[in-house]
Amino acid sequence: MSATPLLELRGIDKSFGPVQVLRDVALTVHPGEVTALVGDNGAGKSTLVKCISGIHPTDAGEFLFNGEPVHIGSPRDAATLGIEVVYQDLALCDNLDIVQNMFLGREKRSGIVLDEPTMEQLAAETLAGLSIRTVTSLRQHVSSLSGGQRQTVAIAKAVLWNSKLVILDEPTAALGVAQTAQVLELVRRLADNGLAVVLISHNMNDVFAVSDRIAALYLGQMVAQVKTTDITHAQVVELITAGRSGGLGLATDPGSNGDGPQPADSISGGVR
Amino acid sequence: MTTTAVRKDGPAAVTPTPTIGGHFRNYLSRVRGGDVGALPAVLGLIVLCTVFAIMRPSSFLSAGNFANLFTQGAAVTLIAMGLVFVLLLGEIDLSAGFASGVCAAVLANVVTVLGYPWWVAVLAAVATGVVIGSTLGMLVAKIGIPSFVVTLAGFLAFQGVVLLLVKDGTNIAVRDDVLVAIANRNLGPTLGWALTALAVIGYAAVQLLRHRTRVARGLITDPLAVVALRIGGLAVILGTAVYVLNLERSRNVLIVSLKGVPIVVPIIAVLLIIWTFVLQRTSYGRHIYAVGGNREAARRAGIGVDRIRISVFVICSSMAAIGGIVAASRANSVDPNTGGSNVLLYAVGAAVIGGTSLFGGKGRVLDAVLGGAVVAVIENGMGLMGYTSGVKYVVTGVVLLLAASVDALSRRRAAATGTR
Repeated sequence: MSATPLLELRGIDKSFGPVQVLRDVALTVHPGEVTALVGDNGAGKSTLVKCISGIHPTDAGEFLFNGEPVHIGSPRDAATLGIEVVYQDLALCDNLDIVQNMFLGREKRSGIVLDEPTMEQLAAETLAGLSIRTVTSLRQHVSSLSGGQRQTVAIAKAVLWNSKLVILDEPTAALGVAQTAQVLELVRRLADNGLAVVLISHNMNDVFAVSDRIAALYLGQMVAQVKTTDITHAQVVELITAGRSGGLGLATDPGSNGDGPQPADSISGGVR
Repeated sequence: MTTTAVRKDGPAAVTPTPTIGGHFRNYLSRVRGGDVGALPAVLGLIVLCTVFAIMRPSSFLSAGNFANLFTQGAAVTLIAMGLVFVLLLGEIDLSAGFASGVCAAVLANVVTVLGYPWWVAVLAAVATGVVIGSTLGMLVAKIGIPSFVVTLAGFLAFQGVVLLLVKDGTNIAVRDDVLVAIANRNLGPTLGWALTALAVIGYAAVQLLRHRTRVARGLITDPLAVVALRIGGLAVILGTAVYVLNLERSRNVLIVSLKGVPIVVPIIAVLLIIWTFVLQRTSYGRHIYAVGGNREAARRAGIGVDRIRISVFVICSSMAAIGGIVAASRANSVDPNTGGSNVLLYAVGAAVIGGTSLFGGKGRVLDAVLGGAVVAVIENGMGLMGYTSGVKYVVTGVVLLLAASVDALSRRRAAATGTR
């Protein structure tokens, strides 16, 4: 869509000891778009996200943010750039209420005293801005919320900080049908509001429902990054499971079936 | 979605229009949902007081005995206030009792053996507490030994340190006027009333100001009547207590007049206010709850989890030091058993009876005071009824077990209804 991608990764390598998890991965993420990151278990999706969010340092490769090379060494660096991650296990505190969770670690203060009214107002505005009407009171404990409501709070928390890139790790994995629809609607709204969204998902229906682009990881390699409209359901599944589909994906087909990387991958599978 | 949402929508729907009835219905539904707070402690206190008042009307209900309750329970309550912080993280400090003993021994050595003024001794005692707390905290947070083991080791070692500091079994007298006054003297009646008025006015100002800001910003507020009721309730409780404490309780007024609020009471009150402020109104306090509720979430939110874990042990041991000072003051001396025997267990009991969860993430400093009151009333009332220490221990143990069961059951209920 827009000329410069918001985030561009080039040649990312990442190993844990002898196990190479990411190999020469490239990824571009555009503002106003939902980029779905797909791949089988162990393909390296979560690792890639942790590299982007600064939890894991990368071994090689470069990050470009708004076209500028940046270094992301810690979650703080990522947050400063406006990168927010909503993890699979949500990272909410059950014993705190919605407002407290949304501002956790970044509380608004006046002097040394917490500025509760301001926080409550900002939280209300953020939820209203995302057209979230499923929560009755901002002061109810997170433990009393349903799975979908928790996911909503976690996403709202990520959006609160004028973030530019929101990464969602399997946001619908544990949800029912109605809640999944709500969350997907919310994901779409984030992109429509101009944010760049990376959506990690196993669910092809979700991916095709909301994404603009699909990036497929196969055994640590980025095998394809295409527009959702240019690819079919079956092709994505092939990319995920075999690493290639027709003209897309790994080109090392003829002869030895890509002997180079294959043995290393089988080792990595064994170690894990 | 459906089940929880439907169940939640019933009671929660009343919040938008604040009415008194709605407020109380809300509260009732929270209690039914397992969020009992300090309710068991308050009910227990009422039941115990009623029973003892019926069994021993003349002695239990006397003004002198009422004043005794405060001085008897003060040390345990102070230690329990510190323990609340450790319990909020789901950790435990078994060494708090003997830590208070060590600090008291330091106090006695500095003031009596070395002859320094009282404030130097108090500073030395609190500093000892800080050192003990940071050592324990480091071992727990940085090395990663479970707090149960670290503080159990501390429990044994500090017992030895107290023995070493008081030279094997003798005791050190504390005769400094200021130190002795802490647990043995009273405020003048006028000063007592003045402080009470100050407390009530201060509380009213804070509550009304908050109410006004929230209304001005269009946020959901408790109805004004509930706020007024809270302020009125505090005024009545404090007023009655101060009135009774200001009655003459000397056996023979001609020899000595004995009336007024014991000096430990304002000390506990000030610490209660300070620590409540820290827990409820600062981001540090918020982070303690967060670490206690979900350590990984707190870490991802950028909270220095290790720092928080060390700091709660420092707070706990420092409060133990203050408890030790009060204990030394009350006994006029420090001996090898200061802070020993049942002090720690009573303190943990007080915090838990008051409603602090042993599982972390839930509790207030006020819990320690309420629980401390329950423990003091049991100890005092059963003593008056002539029961032996054996019976007292058994009853206190049963009460602690009851409190822990209430905690565990309310957690289970909360998990079932989804309102913790």
